[in-house]
Formats: sequence, structure tokens, C-alpha cells
Amino acid sequence: MEVRRRSGRVKYLFMWKGDYLFLLQNLVVKDFKIRYRNMSLGVFWSLLNPLVMMGALTFVFTAVFPNNQIPNFPIFVLCGLVPFNFFTVAWQNGTISVANNAGLIKRVPVPREIVPIATVLSTCVHLGIQIGLLLVMVLVFGRGLNWNWLWLPVVWGLEILFVCGLTLMTSALDVYIRDVRYVVESACTLLFWMVPVFYAIHSVPQHYANLYQFNPLSALILALRTILIDGAAPSSTLLLKLTFSSTLVFALGLYVFHRLKRQFFDYL
Amino acid sequence: MKVIELKNVDKTFHRSGGQKLLRHYLEDILGKTDPEQFFALKDVSFSIRDGESVAVIGANGAGKSTLLSLVTQLVPPSSGTLDVRGRTAALLDLGSGFHPDLTGRENILLNASLLGFSRKQAHDLYDSIVEFSELDDFIKEPLRTYSNGMMLRLAFSVAVNLDPEILIIDEVLAVGDQKFQAKCTEKIFEIRNQGKTILCVSHVSPTLQLLCERALWLDHGQLVMDGPIGEVAAAYEGRLTRQS
Repeated sequence: MEVRRRSGRVKYLFMWKGDYLFLLQNLVVKDFKIRYRNMSLGVFWSLLNPLVMMGALTFVFTAVFPNNQIPNFPIFVLCGLVPFNFFTVAWQNGTISVANNAGLIKRVPVPREIVPIATVLSTCVHLGIQIGLLLVMVLVFGRGLNWNWLWLPVVWGLEILFVCGLTLMTSALDVYIRDVRYVVESACTLLFWMVPVFYAIHSVPQHYANLYQFNPLSALILALRTILIDGAAPSSTLLLKLTFSSTLVFALGLYVFHRLKRQFFDYL
Repeated sequence: MKVIELKNVDKTFHRSGGQKLLRHYLEDILGKTDPEQFFALKDVSFSIRDGESVAVIGANGAGKSTLLSLVTQLVPPSSGTLDVRGRTAALLDLGSGFHPDLTGRENILLNASLLGFSRKQAHDLYDSIVEFSELDDFIKEPLRTYSNGMMLRLAFSVAVNLDPEILIIDEVLAVGDQKFQAKCTEKIFEIRNQGKTILCVSHVSPTLQLLCERALWLDHGQLVMDGPIGEVAAAYEGRLTRQS
């Protein structure tokens, strides 16, 4: 490690030379095991939550407000719920991860980026289970397999990249100002209404609808519906916007985290 | 070869100590608070060669732990240069990477990966770690079922068996019962005799004087004396008796 003071700026390099993959795998497995080791129902909880929400929303929007024109409403809403759940859980857990792992950050010189990223990736384990559920439901509702399913890994990959970027940003900020975690929590509550989880994008006025595609979460939900329900490939403008904003957010997240991590020790 | 080299290293902390409220940041921007700084280390320069064993002594708050966190690269110095070559294993806060809900085995592998070991190295060293800790029967149990002494034994075994190039010890020689303590001390001497570098923070004790050949005396963040441990310890203790 070398620190040079040049015109007030300090250059600082960490010297941890380890096995990133092995570490990441251990951290992900740790998170996953801790969450479920003492639960009688185990990973079954990952399935229960979206199923209950799907049932409740289907009841509200087909029995209480029976005027909606959306066919296959249960899978329509599940296409929104699975990405939304993943997004909120990963973002919220990731945001508090650095502050909550103060013991680790202050005692072991591991690259700090790995802590929030491992937290997001451990949420991907549940995501895998929920995607499985979603695909089974799609088949149950008779929307068969098609070649466009090959787009699924692409859109999900971009979504994970986006969440990693956001999480890097908020987890670093959370070390300095602990209120950030509540800001994130409120933002997630708000997002449930601001992304098309239970309404169709064509109900949104046109000039707002274009903006929705820049929100990677909305874009993912729209893409999922196109692929799974309509059996078509997602539009190229949507894919471009999704790629653009996910990559941008990830790069920004890395930059912010890198700028802020130097002082973590003093603030934890 | 120099494995640790510090040149004019300062480490400052804010007096307020990790201010966390938005109000404080606003006050900073508006220039309301006086950004008073506290020097945990001031203009410290020394170097440690390959194979040396060095003790760091000094009163509480002299900057010993800050020095160790700098050397283990947990925190950058505020100014000056710091160079560390080689893999450091720190017996700082034993078991800081441990989680109570994971089993002994899972904790060993997690800790090994945190300290920078590859999957293969970790699995190769696994058996010697378990053997050293004498916790064979409990290794598949979650850590929260361990007694405090057992946990420290496991943590110590992980750290010393991971073949560090530089071993950093922070007043943790008192681990477990007397028999295990003797074993730990022996292991540390063995590591020293293998020609590894040791940096040890401790109170002056006969064991420390045997283990280390050289001592650094820190006082209020400044290096006041650097020399053979016998002389430094005598000067340090002379100062203490004069004060009392």
C-alpha cells in the first residue's frame, strides 16, 4: 500500500491479493445459510411470499375492481412481483451491509466492494427460486416455451448489474449518514406504485411511458411480460435503454464507493 | 529486505470521532465547527526487515492499535508513505470474521477466504487447523454452541496455521486454558524461528522479551525510542516508576 499526498489528494491502493471467487462464494453461502438455518420452512418462504401477494393482488384487481382488461392477470402480476421483490430485498439488505459488517471492515483488509456485492448476489439465490416459480406458473397458464426465453438471462443480468450499482452507492453513503437506509426503505415503498407491477404500461400516458423504460426495474418487468406472456422478443429500444442505464448506474456506483471507502474505518 | 516501512506517517482523527449526523456535515460546510484534529500517530518513521520480531510498547492511547491497523492496511495514513510487502495475518480481534450461526468448519473456510487464501490452500490447511484447535468433536456444530475459550482457540488456530509472512499480534497471547496458552506461545515461537516477521503489541512481559529482539516505544502518537528490547523496556519501565 502506498499513500502519496499530491496537491491535497491522497492516492491509496489496497493490497489484498486473494481469491475473489472463493471469498464471494463463501460470503454468499454465509448469507444464505444464516437466513434459513433456523427456519423450519426454509427456502419455502421464497415461494410463499410472491404467491400470497399474487393471490391478493389478483383478488383486488379481478374481484374488487373487476373492470381491468388484462388477460392472465395472475402471471401478469407475478411478472411484476418477482423482479420487484428481488429489487427491494437486495437493495435494502445491500444498503445496510457495510455498516452491519463493521467488524469485518475494521479487522480484515478485504476489498470493501465485495461486501455489498455478496449481499446482492445472495439475494439472487432466492431470485433463482422465484424465477423457477414464475416459469412454472407461465407454463401452468398455458403460455408455452418459446425461443425468446433466451432473452431472460440477458435482462436479468442487466437487472442484477443495476442493483449492484445502486447498492454500492447507498451502502457507502449509509456509512456516513445512517438515515440512508430509511430513505431506501421509503423509496422502495414508493416504487411499488411507480413501476408497472399491477397495471399495464399502456394505461400510462405516452410521454410518461417513455420514461419508464429508463428505469431498469420497469424495463425488466415490461421485458418479462413481452417474453413470457406475449412470447415475443423485447423491443430493441427497451433493451438499449436498459443496458444504458444499468451500466451507467453500475459505473457510478463503483466510482462513488471507491471515493468513499477510504474513510470507512473512521466512521464505523 | 524491508518488509514494513513507514516514512513520516501521520494519522489523524477528528475530535468528534465519526460524526454521523447530517447536521454535522452541514455545520462543516458552513464552517461552524472548528475541525480540530487529533494525532493518533505523528511523524512516525521506522522499517522492519524480513525475519525481525518487533514489539510495540507504550501506555494506553499511545497509538499502538492505530499503528497495527495501518500496517494491516485497514486504514490509510493521513500523510506519509507506508509500504508493506508480504501476506499479513493479524491476531487483532480474534474471530472478527466469525459468525455464530455457521459451523466451525464453515467459519474456518470463510476466515481463510477473508485472509486471502484460495479454495485449494484453504482445504489443504483445514486439517492442520482443526488438529491444532483440538475441536474435532465440535467442528460440525454451530459456533454459538462453543464456549468463549473454544471460539478463541479456533480463531487462533486459523490465524497461525494460515502460514502468514508477517504475523501481527495484539495482546492476545492469553487464549484458553494454560495448556492451550503454552501451545500458542510455542507456536508463535515456532513461527518466529521459521524466520517470519512478527509485530507484537503487548505489555512488557518476560515472554515478550524472549519473543522479540527489538522494541518500538510509542508515546502520545510519537516514536520515542527504537532499539533492542532490553534497553527500551528498561527505559520505559524507568519512566513509569519515575512518574509514580
